[in-house]
Amino acid sequence: MTKILTPTAEHDVAARDGLWMSPADAETVTGWMLKPEGMCRAEACVPLPASAVGTNEVDLAAFWTRLGGPVIVSDKRDVWALGAPADERNAALEGLAAPDFTLPDVNGVPRSLSQLRGKKVFLATWASW
Amino acid sequence: MWQQLYSELKDNNFMVVAVAEESRGADHARPWIDQAKSDYWQLIDTEHRLEDLYNLVNVPQAVWIDEQGTIVRPPETAGSTDHFRRMDLKTRTMSPKDQEERLAARTAYMDAVRAWVTTGKYALAANAARATLPKVTPEMAEARARFRLGVWLRANGRVAEGDKQMAEASRLYPDSWSMWRQAADLDEVGKASSLEFWNRVQALGDKPYYPPPRL
Repeated sequence: MTKILTPTAEHDVAARDGLWMSPADAETVTGWMLKPEGMCRAEACVPLPASAVGTNEVDLAAFWTRLGGPVIVSDKRDVWALGAPADERNAALEGLAAPDFTLPDVNGVPRSLSQLRGKKVFLATWASW
Repeated sequence: MWQQLYSELKDNNFMVVAVAEESRGADHARPWIDQAKSDYWQLIDTEHRLEDLYNLVNVPQAVWIDEQGTIVRPPETAGSTDHFRRMDLKTRTMSPKDQEERLAARTAYMDAVRAWVTTGKYALAANAARATLPKVTPEMAEARARFRLGVWLRANGRVAEGDKQMAEASRLYPDSWSMWRQAADLDEVGKASSLEFWNRVQALGDKPYYPPPRL
């Protein structure tokens, strides 16, 4: 199994030669679906070169690079990190809608920013270090 | 740190969400959280996801979000100042004047939060808010992915490999103090405030470590 870390999740996927995997796994990892016109999510489609699509498989690393996102692999090539594309982050922030997130509290209870809609929120970071 | 503010304002449709950027996890952050005796949310962010989403680079930084979920003040320093850069490293103390100024800046920031919650003052209009947003570059995006991988590798016992990813992340995004200091802390608790850190801070020269908020 190959481990894939996305900005918000972790997946174990059967992949070969890098990140060649089934379209179903590719969709689970990224939310993008393989269609004849490319990888699609809602109305958007990103065309893929023929070299990135095979019989019932797709090269997720090639797609992610095409999307503009960083693809990083561990030395042993068993753990991959797919980062959010810079353009996606910028567009989200420029829209000024506060990006939602879910994080555990100190007792492990998950909390989402969206639960606080209707309140003013002062969102602040800190660290022990 | 924010409990007094929260106690005063919680009946005004107000919430504080404090997020610990803490790759060592909840148990490592717990003593500080217990000491804060807070009743707002105290969340644990081992992978620094919030910093990725909001392009944060240091602690403490804050974002103000209104009732509709709109960012009305993009990330900015939340009450800290650069006075610490002048402190006597042997005694770890600041001059009385610096201590006073530091406290005044913190108080002014807290007062601004109070004013926002009670009157709406200091909320920026969309264009002004957009103008202060930090821009994410492909190098920063790559740094975030390497940092994420580094945290995972370290958490899974692959220390050298993880350190390498984190070092590369800091090289790509040197303005992120959080990534550099978190990596130092994972290496050894205390290392985030080591002489190496101080040298790095002094190398900023005229650049701020904590850019003051423009209130």
